[in-house]
Amino acid sequence: MTSMYEFVFLVPLVPLLGFFILFCSLGNLPKQAVALVGVGSVAIAAMLVLFIGVEFLAQTNPIPVTATFYTWMNVAGFTPGVSFRIDGLSLTMMFVITGVGLLIHIYSALFMLDDADYSRFFSYMNLFVAAMLLLVLADNLLLLFVGWEGVGLCSYLLVGFWHHDAANGAAARKAFVVTRVGDTAMALGLFLLFLHLGTLDIQALMQQAKVTWQVGDATVTIACLLLLGGAVGKSAQLPLQTWLPDAMAGPTPVSALIHAATMVTAGVYLIARTHELFLLSPIALNTVAVIGAATLLMAAFTALTQHDIKRILAYSTISQIGYMFLALGVGAWSSGIFHLMTHAFFKALLFLGAGAVIFSLHHEHDIFKMGGLRKHLPIAFWSFIIGSAALAALPLTSGFYSKDAILLTAFDSAWHGQELWAAGLLGAFLTSIYSFRLVFIVFFGEVKTQPEAPAGWLMAVPLVILCGLALGGGLLTPPLQWVFPASAPVAHAGMVPMLTLGLPIAGLLIAGLLYLWPRADLSWLTSRGLGKSLFQFWFSHWAMDWLYDRLLVTPYKTIAAWNRKDIIDRIYNGIANVTWFLHDFSTQSQTGQLRTYAVIMVVGLVLVGVIALGVIQP
Amino acid sequence: MTMITIMAILFLGGIAAWLSDRWHQDLPRWVSLLSCLLAGVVLTPMLFVQPEQMLLLDGVSSTWLEYVNYQWIPRFGIAFIFAMDGLGLLMVALTIFLGFVAVISSWDEITFRTGFFQFNLMWTLAGVVGVFISLDLFLFFFFWEIMLIPMYLLIAIWGHENKSYASMKFFLFTQASGMLLLVAILALVLANAEETGIYTFNYFMLLGHALDSDLAYLLMWGFFLAFVVKLPGFPFHPWLPDAHTQAPTAASVLLAGILLKTGAYGLIRFTVPLFPEAAVRIADFAMLLGVLGILYGALLAFAQADFKRLVAYSSVSHMGFVLLGIYAWTELSIQGAVMQMVAHGLSTAALFMIAGALQHRLHTRDMTAMGGLWQAMPRMGAITMFFIIASLGMPGLGNFVGEFLVLLGAFQVNKLMTIAATLGLVAGAVYALIAMQRVFQGEPGDLLNAKRQDLPDFGMKELLAMIPLMLGLLWLGVYPQPVFDLVDPVLASLYELTTNQTNWVGSDP
Repeated sequence: MTSMYEFVFLVPLVPLLGFFILFCSLGNLPKQAVALVGVGSVAIAAMLVLFIGVEFLAQTNPIPVTATFYTWMNVAGFTPGVSFRIDGLSLTMMFVITGVGLLIHIYSALFMLDDADYSRFFSYMNLFVAAMLLLVLADNLLLLFVGWEGVGLCSYLLVGFWHHDAANGAAARKAFVVTRVGDTAMALGLFLLFLHLGTLDIQALMQQAKVTWQVGDATVTIACLLLLGGAVGKSAQLPLQTWLPDAMAGPTPVSALIHAATMVTAGVYLIARTHELFLLSPIALNTVAVIGAATLLMAAFTALTQHDIKRILAYSTISQIGYMFLALGVGAWSSGIFHLMTHAFFKALLFLGAGAVIFSLHHEHDIFKMGGLRKHLPIAFWSFIIGSAALAALPLTSGFYSKDAILLTAFDSAWHGQELWAAGLLGAFLTSIYSFRLVFIVFFGEVKTQPEAPAGWLMAVPLVILCGLALGGGLLTPPLQWVFPASAPVAHAGMVPMLTLGLPIAGLLIAGLLYLWPRADLSWLTSRGLGKSLFQFWFSHWAMDWLYDRLLVTPYKTIAAWNRKDIIDRIYNGIANVTWFLHDFSTQSQTGQLRTYAVIMVVGLVLVGVIALGVIQP
Repeated sequence: MTMITIMAILFLGGIAAWLSDRWHQDLPRWVSLLSCLLAGVVLTPMLFVQPEQMLLLDGVSSTWLEYVNYQWIPRFGIAFIFAMDGLGLLMVALTIFLGFVAVISSWDEITFRTGFFQFNLMWTLAGVVGVFISLDLFLFFFFWEIMLIPMYLLIAIWGHENKSYASMKFFLFTQASGMLLLVAILALVLANAEETGIYTFNYFMLLGHALDSDLAYLLMWGFFLAFVVKLPGFPFHPWLPDAHTQAPTAASVLLAGILLKTGAYGLIRFTVPLFPEAAVRIADFAMLLGVLGILYGALLAFAQADFKRLVAYSSVSHMGFVLLGIYAWTELSIQGAVMQMVAHGLSTAALFMIAGALQHRLHTRDMTAMGGLWQAMPRMGAITMFFIIASLGMPGLGNFVGEFLVLLGAFQVNKLMTIAATLGLVAGAVYALIAMQRVFQGEPGDLLNAKRQDLPDFGMKELLAMIPLMLGLLWLGVYPQPVFDLVDPVLASLYELTTNQTNWVGSDP
């Protein structure tokens, strides 16, 4: 009996093949063929995942499987294999990547149709899907790192996709370099783990770690914090979140796929995948929770002040990933991954909806130049209504189930549970305000820019499907009960669940009061004094870009510019100059004049005589 | 006999290329190309030979693919000892492959004295091959010098605007450090003769003789400096940016691709095994030089406006990893260093070819004048992107494997330095991506607008050189094991040899 598991290597390989076909065609394929390859390869991968998933879940008690294809290298006892692990976690991730990925690819086939670099776009997208699948399938931290860097590369390539604009290039480089800072920490984490445990195979590593280290050991804490460094870089969390808003320079489907649904959740995946390691270090886990709570609040405040539709969504992504980190930090592993999944649905929906709006408004991004679009763009409107409801965690949407579970588990957390819960709750309140602020400004009120007719069915179908998922996705349960230690949510009564339920609704009402017709004038609040400073502080995302610019970028550039000519080289040139000087000096002594020679000789003789006397005399 | 045949092909091919100049000025490059191909054909069977010759390196058995020993000047114990093991084979294969690439890159660029140019190219290759297979120190030094002079001429005659300064600088740096090497070799031989009563330059006989430790320390510096200048390690690098900037493309390809590797090879083959105890004494210092090279090279690369200078400084940074890996002297880190040597050879050769192609089309190397070139030359842009990301250490390509193993190994020896070196990954991304931006992305510069019509994209000839380089890097990144297997017996015996005698810091984690 052949098992579908044998074909698991095809899952990343087919999109990779799609990339190679498109890369080697050098843009000579007709657009239909490009779309066929680009979308088709992801569709095949999605089918394979579906078959594998069916076989996996058909078992009453699914057994995780590791499939090894070859040993990547074998050097001095370091033997990372190219091996994939199929379990509930990787399966959940694969479903999200190929499922949402396929929808976004279909959408892009129309969205990007007028672009001259259609083929280059799909080649990068396919490469991304391949790298992301490799990341979640890898049974080995080094192989995971390959996917990890691979998705970073694709993110760079796609953010800077329209490379003729230098600003896009700058955003792309920022995305790559900032995440690379995190990757460097992660690489160090790998070195440390290998030094102490002698392997990077994840399963063996986890077993070995439990044997080697006690809970609370300093080394395992450092290792976890280094891995966390990688995670905060990729997942745009404090203090490395500054790249994500700028990454919105890429085409909107890219933002949906990479910078909302999949790649940015890689950090969450990493921590979940190595959760047994993190369980050994309470300090690291608490750090994860604090980072999550702080990031979700900071980003939520910033989202309140933005007026670029994609940047609002970007900050909301940062904020929602903050919830996932919070979940991981309080040990609500399954809820964290659940939120990752529902977030992938509703955030992809929101971005694709935003894409539809931007598409019809000729690349207009400013929400204050939009308005009254609900009649002209009904599908986008309903996408936003449903997506924002899920984002705000209004009851019965998918986001409600996942966020509610996170907040309640946080409340029960032994370590500052109530504070973490309160932060999450405040964040949920703000989320509701900024989400519906966006909806009310863009889709209600008077029409400011007349939109073109809505785009064709290729863009509509993915939106409709995602609407369904964003609403009903809460009913899907990811098969995680065999992966993570059970964390049964405690039943609460009274204020806690009421507040958790009620504050998002309050946020919706406040947004309605402020931004629904008639729109309240808030300029008195933001135009002077403390209000103005605070508004600008939030608008600049807590001045973090400014800080990093002063602290790191400018000094590096200054030193580089100052030392452009290489000071070391000048030292050697100094030696050369001294030699030249001595050369000139001795050349000048050769005047060819007998008189000079005679004088020098006499002086020399006298000097020698004096010295000789001085030596002999005493 | 393969080794001698290959050298003969290259030496004679060079002479033939020079002479063929008389009939037609296009002929020399064909002669060179055929010589390289022929040498490659002769070498290929070696890749499938199982090592049989067992020789003793100071009591440690080591395997050799070929070994010949003819007397030359018996009175002083000088002999023609050519021996090839996995490391030598790998280096010779790289040399011939990049020789082939270099000939192609000179195809349209060199328009005068083509015969003499190809002669110098071939003789450089022959000299380098000699360096990689000579195991008599006198013979080794002979080839060490042989490879310099034709390279000097390549820069001095066919170089760019500031060629005489650059070639003289190149010559002085390497010659001065070569002097130290010669003195150290002679002193080693004399010291050995005093001990044993036999004059010999034979590598196998000089290994493992316990010299007075202070003397050994002193002699080690001679070997160390000569090779580190060549590498080039910080702070002996200033000759490299000038030499590269001014050299014709083919010379840059050889210089970065293989001449630098002779320095690393010398450290692995001679400096550490001949003076293991002394090497331990400076291990931390040498690793520090490596780390400084990584960071300083990356910083300087970022600051450059000249594309070739940027690539040259990136070489300083990449070779820093090699130095770090060698002096960490763990099996992981040395394997990583060797992998880095090969991968850097391929990626940097390609980047210099791209620099040459840009200069050929635009008549400038100044990146501030470029920009937006992707629009005019998409194929070239995509290929450059490939090598740029290879150079910044993207997993899946060879450079990553090298750098990762170096760092993984070095971390077992010195955590602090490894942490500093790992920052090089960030700095590497910064300069590599800015180069891509300045040349190929952004708004089209004035230059592009003025010349858009006569900017041909990469053609068949250039792809013929680029595609093998790309496939090579991909292969090293995805399945590097054959290279590790090739070098492993060599490194294992050297490792055993050195760690038997010393308490190398990294020997016992």
